[in-house]
Amino acid sequence: MFKKRIAMQDFVAESRLFKRRAIVAMLFVSMLFGVIIINQYHLQVRLYQDYQTRSEGNRIKVVSIAPNRGLLYDRNGILLAENIPVFSLELIPEQIANMQETLTALAGLIDITEEQQESFLKDVRQQRRFNSIALKEQLNDQEVAILAANQHRFPGVTVEARLSRHYPFKDLFTHAIGYIGKINPNDLRRLEQQEVLANYAATREIGKIGMERFYESRLHGTMGYQEVEVNNRGRLIRVLRSVPAISGENITLSLDVGLQLTAQQILKNQRGAIVAMDPRDGAVLAFYSNPSYDPNLFVHGISSRDFNYLNNSPDRPFINRVTQGVYPPASTIKPHLALLGLETNTITPTSRIWDPGYYQLPNNEHRFRDWRRWGHGWVNVYNAVIESCDTFFYDLGVKLGIDRISDYMGQMGFGQRTGIDLLEESAANMPSRGWKQARFNQPWYPGDTVPLSIGQSYWTTTPLQLLVTTAVILNKGQKPTPHLARSFSGTKNTEEVSPPLIPVIDMVDEKNWDVVMDTMRQTVSTVKGTAYNAFRDATYQAAGKTGTAQIIAIAQDAKYDADALDERHRDNAMYIGYAPYDKPTIVLAVALENAGGGGSNAAPIARQMLDYYFTAGVNDNE
Amino acid sequence: MSNYFVSSSGSRSKMAAFHIDGWLLLGLLALIGFGLMVLYSASGQSMSMMKAQLIRLGLALAVMIVFAQISPQTIKRWSLPLFGVGLILLAAVLLFGHVGKGAQRWLDLGFMKFQPSEIMKLATPMAVAWFISSHALPPRLRPLLIGFLMCAIPTLMIAKQPDLGTAILIAAAGVFVLFLAGMSWRLITFIAVLLSAFAPVMWFSLMHDYQRQRVLTFLHPESDPLGTGYHIIQSKIAIGSGGLDGKGWLQGTQSQLEFLPERHTDFIFAVLSEEFGLFGVLLLLSLYLFIIGRGLLIASQAQDNYSKLVAGSFTMTFFVYVFVNIGMVSGLLPVVGVPLPLVSYGGTSMVTLMAAFGIMMSISTHKRMLANN
Repeated sequence: MFKKRIAMQDFVAESRLFKRRAIVAMLFVSMLFGVIIINQYHLQVRLYQDYQTRSEGNRIKVVSIAPNRGLLYDRNGILLAENIPVFSLELIPEQIANMQETLTALAGLIDITEEQQESFLKDVRQQRRFNSIALKEQLNDQEVAILAANQHRFPGVTVEARLSRHYPFKDLFTHAIGYIGKINPNDLRRLEQQEVLANYAATREIGKIGMERFYESRLHGTMGYQEVEVNNRGRLIRVLRSVPAISGENITLSLDVGLQLTAQQILKNQRGAIVAMDPRDGAVLAFYSNPSYDPNLFVHGISSRDFNYLNNSPDRPFINRVTQGVYPPASTIKPHLALLGLETNTITPTSRIWDPGYYQLPNNEHRFRDWRRWGHGWVNVYNAVIESCDTFFYDLGVKLGIDRISDYMGQMGFGQRTGIDLLEESAANMPSRGWKQARFNQPWYPGDTVPLSIGQSYWTTTPLQLLVTTAVILNKGQKPTPHLARSFSGTKNTEEVSPPLIPVIDMVDEKNWDVVMDTMRQTVSTVKGTAYNAFRDATYQAAGKTGTAQIIAIAQDAKYDADALDERHRDNAMYIGYAPYDKPTIVLAVALENAGGGGSNAAPIARQMLDYYFTAGVNDNE
Repeated sequence: MSNYFVSSSGSRSKMAAFHIDGWLLLGLLALIGFGLMVLYSASGQSMSMMKAQLIRLGLALAVMIVFAQISPQTIKRWSLPLFGVGLILLAAVLLFGHVGKGAQRWLDLGFMKFQPSEIMKLATPMAVAWFISSHALPPRLRPLLIGFLMCAIPTLMIAKQPDLGTAILIAAAGVFVLFLAGMSWRLITFIAVLLSAFAPVMWFSLMHDYQRQRVLTFLHPESDPLGTGYHIIQSKIAIGSGGLDGKGWLQGTQSQLEFLPERHTDFIFAVLSEEFGLFGVLLLLSLYLFIIGRGLLIASQAQDNYSKLVAGSFTMTFFVYVFVNIGMVSGLLPVVGVPLPLVSYGGTSMVTLMAAFGIMMSISTHKRMLANN
């Protein structure tokens, strides 16, 4: 009984004790839940913005989309540079059970080199397993067909099409259009300086040379992008927002495929350049430098073998002879010099001199020879241009003096870049007293002026420069700026290219223009004219001037004998011309390296070009 | 004594006939329902996972009902033998156990794999309660020391596997028995001081490298954002970006896009926080608090000390589960592998937990018969 009572007492006390402890436990639980709630409040309310931002940063990635590069067309809408799909064999490692087996099987179907396999396996190791990795690029049609037929055997193996630049005319437009190539560190630096690097995030190629480079900013377009949701492994889940890329502007060139082909066919293996332009607005109609090369080689990275072959070729195909070929203009500048003589009244249309076959400076024994050893007899400005009399111009040049020649020819555009829409252009050289002093630290001697007067010695020019200065004469003092691009068409509007003519020469007597142009007409149309044979029976009235430039000096009494000279020491043949005479729509320049006389070699080429031009009606819509 | 006869009414008395505690069942079912909803999202809407979880829940509920039918006296009689068997099995695990994920936890019985530490989650508090309740409360020092020893043996054996999470839960279960039995506050303070002094020893001698790494990561998660800190950073981003009302069910980007690791198991709380926001968290905590409150009430109203101690300890262990899991997922505690009870996807611990709730229901519903005796 006693024991039981004690137990009863204990039970009540124990029960009370337990209840107190249970309440403490409940308070403890509530307190720790309070801690959790405070922490949750801290994370979910006070730091909400931070974590929200970080959460979005986790899941949203921006994927840039390269714009399609603008296309290039000739003046008639024929495609000169396009974007074509190229096929590549790509594998997704994640989906391939046995990589080595698959590679062996694929190599049994199409030709896959050891090198390709090694570089592929290297990429596999470096990239994420769900990325598609190229095993072989630029598949041919047959390979695509074989792979397509066997596709079912290879899960995770696909043939992918990507857009790639292609120049269907291969070497025909290379020096005008240029090419694109893989972006290199130099390009990156340039893009960064121009602050357009961000726009190239998805772009792999950039214009390297020619119009592709000059008009890079127009051709490239504007990058688009997608905001995509990705999972923790970077796999794309869905597209949240998409801003499409804006394609680059298409450019229509003023060049004509037919005229280009004519130039290429005429030149064959002859090193040289042919360039033609509409003198009224500077639209370039033909632009061909020979030899040329296939720009497609550069698009996917040129092989070192191909590059070395081209780079080491003695014919120097990389040189753009139209704008970078620096040649003595020779007699082609005689009309220009005649014009200066007339304007300064140093000569008149009727004044004449006696040509014994050579020219001597006063009190000097040295004989500057005329190309015709026995001389032209009495010559005025007409005969002098038509027959290309050297003595007449030696005399005129010395009378004019270097300063007037240098100034005036500079105004016409000699020794200056023409401003054509290419970065590859040489200014060539229009010498002056100051130039010689700076270059050779020597004063200018009268003896320097003599050969200069027939476009030799220090005076050099590019075919394009020669063309533009000739256009200045046809335009009576107005200089056109040559341009290859004729119009740009973007997504919305079309922009015509029409740079204004620049007045460079203010002629005192307007008739002087006509005199000079008449001498050029008669060079072509009179029997004695140096270009008469070339233009006999032409259906249009052409005008022009021949030139034959010596490459090496010939000893005082030696006779020039082409056959005895090494081919590369033979004369350059030059020609400038235009047509129709009364209302010129085309002016052209021809420069042939080591071809011999201008009248017999360059003029017939000009004739063929002009024949095509008028027969095909290249510029008829103007 | 008469108050014990009139405590039940209406439908609850019907429930009581099947030894089911209505309030506890309601709380558990509400929690399970909410948990399934979160799991559906956290599993990436995997029907096979949902099916597996439902089967497991069904089994666990069945186990709960079965345990509820066993009278507290019977359970009390089993306490010590169960504890003994558990210790033997733990020793067997250490000697012949199956190694998985670098830890030795499983015993391969040929037809099934079995984790003896699960038995100890129940057996340890039961055995300690059995021992303590055989003395008058509050216990004197000697029984207390023996009680501590009874906790320490399985705790250390499990910590050696190593399974820190379970070890903590078992230690907590045993210690809560002693606390509820009325261990003096002075002693509690003394032990707390002793433990904090013991901490450096634990750090250098008892903890494994990976455990030390977890603690370091816990202290500075940003120091290794791609390595061990990744879990906790992604988890906090998920929680924080949930905001007040969450991103919406199935709309959690951190979880749906798998930035969140272990999203359907240990880190499911982050999924809930992300998709249901602070409001969802408060709902979850309310459900837990309700269950814990009901558990402590059952314990307080139990008829004998053994039942009080067991029910109270089970309830508090349940709370430790909740707190350790939420604490680790939200960056309050180091990462310890403890699931969120009745919400996380996964196996044995759920069955054990429901067995414990079954025992609590038994305690809650067998009072009448006990009183009749």
